[in-house]
Amino acid sequence: MDRIPILKMGHALLVTIQVDMHDQLAMALEEDLTARIAATGARGVLIDISSLEIVDSFIGRMLDSIAAVSRLLDARTVVVGMRPAVAITLVELGLSMPGVNTALNVERGLALIGVSVSGDGEHDAGTEV
Amino acid sequence: MPAPRSEVLEIRASDDIVRVRQRVRTASVEVGLGLVDQTKIVTAASELARNTLDYGGGGTAAIEIIDDGGRRGVRIVFEDDGPGIPDISVAMRDGYTTGGGLGLGLSGARRLSNEFDIRSSPGAGTRVMIARWK
Ligand SMILES: Nc1ncnc2c1ncn2[C@@H]1O[C@H](COP(=O)(O)OP(=O)(O)OP(=O)(O)O)[C@@H](O)[C@H]1O
Ligand SMILES: [Mg+2]
Repeated sequence: MDRIPILKMGHALLVTIQVDMHDQLAMALEEDLTARIAATGARGVLIDISSLEIVDSFIGRMLDSIAAVSRLLDARTVVVGMRPAVAITLVELGLSMPGVNTALNVERGLALIGVSVSGDGEHDAGTEV
Repeated sequence: MPAPRSEVLEIRASDDIVRVRQRVRTASVEVGLGLVDQTKIVTAASELARNTLDYGGGGTAAIEIIDDGGRRGVRIVFEDDGPGIPDISVAMRDGYTTGGGLGLGLSGARRLSNEFDIRSSPGAGTRVMIARWK
């Protein structure tokens, strides 16, 4: 089965969702991410959804659930790059994703998490928020 | 490739939901829906296709380009021969779910569409129609 790649950037994990995700792929991502958070001690997870043309309640629930599990593992989740049309549609759908932080892009997402990826990637340049 | 006036897609597995989304997108572009309207109808279709699969045990989505003489639009009819819905007004409520979901699919799909019609009774399957006009 296909997997969505997870990159380590300093103390954060970055996931770029590039395909129109089918359900099994979404479920595999949730499992893979939580395993990687535990293995790496990452402090934050950035999920870049700028390629996603829609977010429905299934994907929304997955993002919310990743955020909830990550929080228990002491990592913050930030969803970045949501398209404006997707944001408008989510509001009308009624999906609020209360546990999910959002940022416009990866850079601002990293700032929100409070980790920096500059330098050798081993040092927290930012302060934890 | 332009979408045909009408096509019927099978919904048997989660890959089929992706295909429904793609074909609804193509039809929406063809009738000239704007990006936000495209996103709304594709999202509504995704919700209903998943219900057809998860609760209806699979079924079909009929995607049609409609024309009322001046305006064009997209209509999708989802049909299954599953267990049906005992009380539609309860199922339509925000937050009502029997499957551990968010209970937003039906009510959300109605909000995201210009037209919405649902017919269902226990043992007789479920039919949901949505449409979005340009
Ligand atoms: N095609 C169907 N056949 C039988 N029951 C259905 C069908 N579609 C919906 N239902 C019933 O209506 C309920 C509400 O559906 P709705 O899509 O609003 O929420 P959900 O699927 O439970 O959660 P969500 O869509 O937010 O993930 C479902 O839990 C199910 O009991
Ligand atoms: Mg649903």
